[in-house]
Amino acid sequence: MEDLKALYEAIIAGDAKTSKTVTEKALAAKVEPLKLVTDYMIPAMSEVGRRFECNEYFVPELLLAARAMKAALEPIRPLLVASGVQPAARVVIGTVKGDLHDIGKNLVASMLEGGGFEVVDLGVNVSPEQFIAKVKEKNANVVALSALLTTTMPAMKTTIDALKQAGVRNQVKVLIGGAPVTQKYADEIGADGYGETAAGAVALAKKALAIA
Amino acid sequence: MTDGAWGTELQARGLGIGELPDAWNLSHPERVAEVASAYVNAGSRVILTNTFGANRIRLGDHSLAKRAVEINRAGVEISLRVAQGRARVFASIGPTGKMLMVGETTEEEMRAAFQEQATALAQAGADAIVVETMSDLAEAQIAVAAVRTTGLPVVACMVFDSGKDKDRTMMGTTPEQAAAALTAAGADVVGANCGQGIAGFTGICRRLRAATDRPIWLKPNAGLPQIVNGRAQYATTPEEFARHVPELIEAGASFIGGCCGTRPDFIKAICQRIKENP
Repeated sequence: MEDLKALYEAIIAGDAKTSKTVTEKALAAKVEPLKLVTDYMIPAMSEVGRRFECNEYFVPELLLAARAMKAALEPIRPLLVASGVQPAARVVIGTVKGDLHDIGKNLVASMLEGGGFEVVDLGVNVSPEQFIAKVKEKNANVVALSALLTTTMPAMKTTIDALKQAGVRNQVKVLIGGAPVTQKYADEIGADGYGETAAGAVALAKKALAIA
Repeated sequence: MTDGAWGTELQARGLGIGELPDAWNLSHPERVAEVASAYVNAGSRVILTNTFGANRIRLGDHSLAKRAVEINRAGVEISLRVAQGRARVFASIGPTGKMLMVGETTEEEMRAAFQEQATALAQAGADAIVVETMSDLAEAQIAVAAVRTTGLPVVACMVFDSGKDKDRTMMGTTPEQAAAALTAAGADVVGANCGQGIAGFTGICRRLRAATDRPIWLKPNAGLPQIVNGRAQYATTPEEFARHVPELIEAGASFIGGCCGTRPDFIKAICQRIKENP
């Protein structure tokens, strides 16, 4: 369908107005909401991510694209909820204690939401106790941790240890990410997965949860 | 000859990770004075102030917004008392930490915060103000405009650490764009600080130099931090750092110092190097 490519283009161009109107038109024409997400929105964000990695896009372009994706998700969200489709999993996401950076975390949250997950975003500077409380309250199965500073990365380990202490470690898959974070660090601290890009978040979460 | 890092020096004196250094102007002024003193004694002719995060927006993250004026005044007083005419005191203004683009703050809020800070710094007697570590050109311009209302000279510098060649700010601004816009905004000195380490600064310096008639101010990092045993370590040694300095001077730098990870011994090494290569 011609129109749907316009959704892909609008997200890449950071055009929130167009991404929303194209989505609304498509939904009115009875296009499946999830098809819009998986066939157009997620690939668009993947391309945005690729351009960011290649240094063609900088933070402003990334933010505008994310905003366009969020705008397109707005009309879709209530339909997903109303359809009774169960979320793929419940995610609690946050930037760890001492760290106030949130661009990456916000991108991952959007991607996961678009990917059919129920996402609770605790914001920034989140203590282990806050993560634990929300995991228990929501019966979450994924905890996603973000850190941008080498000095706050250790809080990821503290959070994982606290999850163990609280007896909820086995209930969740812990996924981590952020500029200074590496697979090696993830292995060292016992995380279940490490994501290098926001675009890969959905695939990573599904892999960690062993769901299709 | 300017100074080196304050944050890492204060951490070495007990400042906790995630703790706001600026608050120490009120709670541990003697330790802040030690850092200032160490730089003056190492040969800095310009020292800054421990006020990098002391705008009310950033202070708000630590529930200290109401004490902005107090903290800025104290920071300038500490540096002035230590410098005692042996060095100039240029007061530091850093970013608010909030992004205009996503509406985390407004231009008006930002302007008011920088205005409050600049006025307090000027009234406390600073010789000039350094708007530093900026990534967003719009924010830098707002800060420079605020400082200009005080009548003090203003240094404006940005962090060039992104892009394929690590020569753009996080928001995509090039040295040419920064130099042109900041000069037009009325900056008296234009420059670059922080970033990926000293090696890239020669190129950035040349490009700034070519894009403005203002003097150039450079304060590179001692490399990127690595976590060793849970603590951040910076790889560049004072000697390695100093080795780059003659090249930077040749590339057009008028003010040289260091950012994260640099210490008084870096300043000493630079002074030594300059003496050997007049």
